[in-house]
Amino acid sequence: MSARSEPDEVLDCRGQRCPLPVINLARRLPELPVGAVVRVLADDPAAAVDIPAWCRMRGQHFIGAHPDPPAYDVRRTH
Amino acid sequence: MSTSPVYLDAAAAAPLHPVARQALLAALDDGWADPGKLYTQARRARQLLDAAREATAQTLGVRADELSFTPSGTAAAHAAVLGGLAGRRRVGATLVHSAIEHSAVLHAAERHVAGGGEAVSVPVDRVGRLDLDAWTAAVAAPGVALAALIGASHEVGTVQPVPAAAEACAEAGVPLYVDAAQLVGRAPLPAGWSLLSASAHKWGGPPGVGLLTVRKGTRWESPFPADERESGRTPGVLNLPAVVAAAASLRAAAADAAAETARLAPLVDRIRARVAAEVPDVEVVGDPVDRLPHLVTFSCLYLDGEALLQALDRRGFAVSSGSSCTSSTLRPSHVLEAMGVLSHGNVRVSLHRETTEADVDRFLAELPRVVADLRAEAGVTGL
Repeated sequence: MSARSEPDEVLDCRGQRCPLPVINLARRLPELPVGAVVRVLADDPAAAVDIPAWCRMRGQHFIGAHPDPPAYDVRRTH
Repeated sequence: MSTSPVYLDAAAAAPLHPVARQALLAALDDGWADPGKLYTQARRARQLLDAAREATAQTLGVRADELSFTPSGTAAAHAAVLGGLAGRRRVGATLVHSAIEHSAVLHAAERHVAGGGEAVSVPVDRVGRLDLDAWTAAVAAPGVALAALIGASHEVGTVQPVPAAAEACAEAGVPLYVDAAQLVGRAPLPAGWSLLSASAHKWGGPPGVGLLTVRKGTRWESPFPADERESGRTPGVLNLPAVVAAAASLRAAAADAAAETARLAPLVDRIRARVAAEVPDVEVVGDPVDRLPHLVTFSCLYLDGEALLQALDRRGFAVSSGSSCTSSTLRPSHVLEAMGVLSHGNVRVSLHRETTEADVDRFLAELPRVVADLRAEAGVTGL
């Protein structure tokens, strides 16, 4: 991804196996205001597939991934 | 639970066809000798092998001398990839393959790369269909020795555009290898390939028999130490009784294929429709139309694939999963990954000749409750 802006919140899901990072994201995101960005730190390789897929299914905005350490930025859109 | 178990993992291994059982038992008495020897018992074994090859070649629509039996579908895939590359090493060292090949093909590709070769992976779209433009560009690049495309995905059922991919290969002068493990015995084979592999236990034959077909005029060189059996394509003495059973069951399966497709495809459609309608937060994956008649895959949000498999097993249902927690490498299925679809809570259901409508309806009746209970246990209901 391009500009690495600072997220509003960081969810540290390192060491968690999928689907736990997705579950934690699904729990936390609705508690934040619309427009807020969560960065999910997750080292399970399945997160790279499942976090964008969750965003698609839930209509949330997957901003992009960071490679090292593996992190995924998601914006609450509704 | 007093209900009988329901086996829904035919894409891994179909139950033994009754014709295979009969042929296997008969061939155990008649087909134990080494068909390469020069005495009466060996001649009898040779006759059985020749007849099996003739029948199988006829079913596939190829010449008998183009067909070799192998000890497994995996061995056939390895031989197709590595032998196809070795035969064209003067042209180049690049293997082009789809991102959703069977792991047997990808592992052969890894071996090729470890030996100094190159492999180019061509992406698929969200339903798991090959990106034809990327494929066409990849096979037309200089130095491509072989292209590999699975006939239909063993994980999500999407049928691949083999004829168009073959046309691109033909224009580039690159031979095409098709892994037809989910097609042979179930669906007509596409045209345009130079090498093809299949596996007997996918159509109701016994385990331990694969097919390798190398069309006339295709450059192929054995990647194995020299051995004269099976036209030099498979080292070692074959399990002849199993080969005979594989050939007999293939003929039976192919004869019933159209009727089985007509029976199973609507059941697959029913699973796709009812799972999407009756299980909340589920993603049914693969092409809805252009697909295998017997295989359907879906992923359930927030569920652990292994827990789901075990819960279904406790209710008598045997299914498969591409979720990372069910794989020895703890990586999600490379097929689901390439498609960009949900990989956890994944279930693959694959039907066969013994699957009844009642089996499918019982699965569909019980699945929503199994999913709901697991979600309640995990505390993820309503997320």
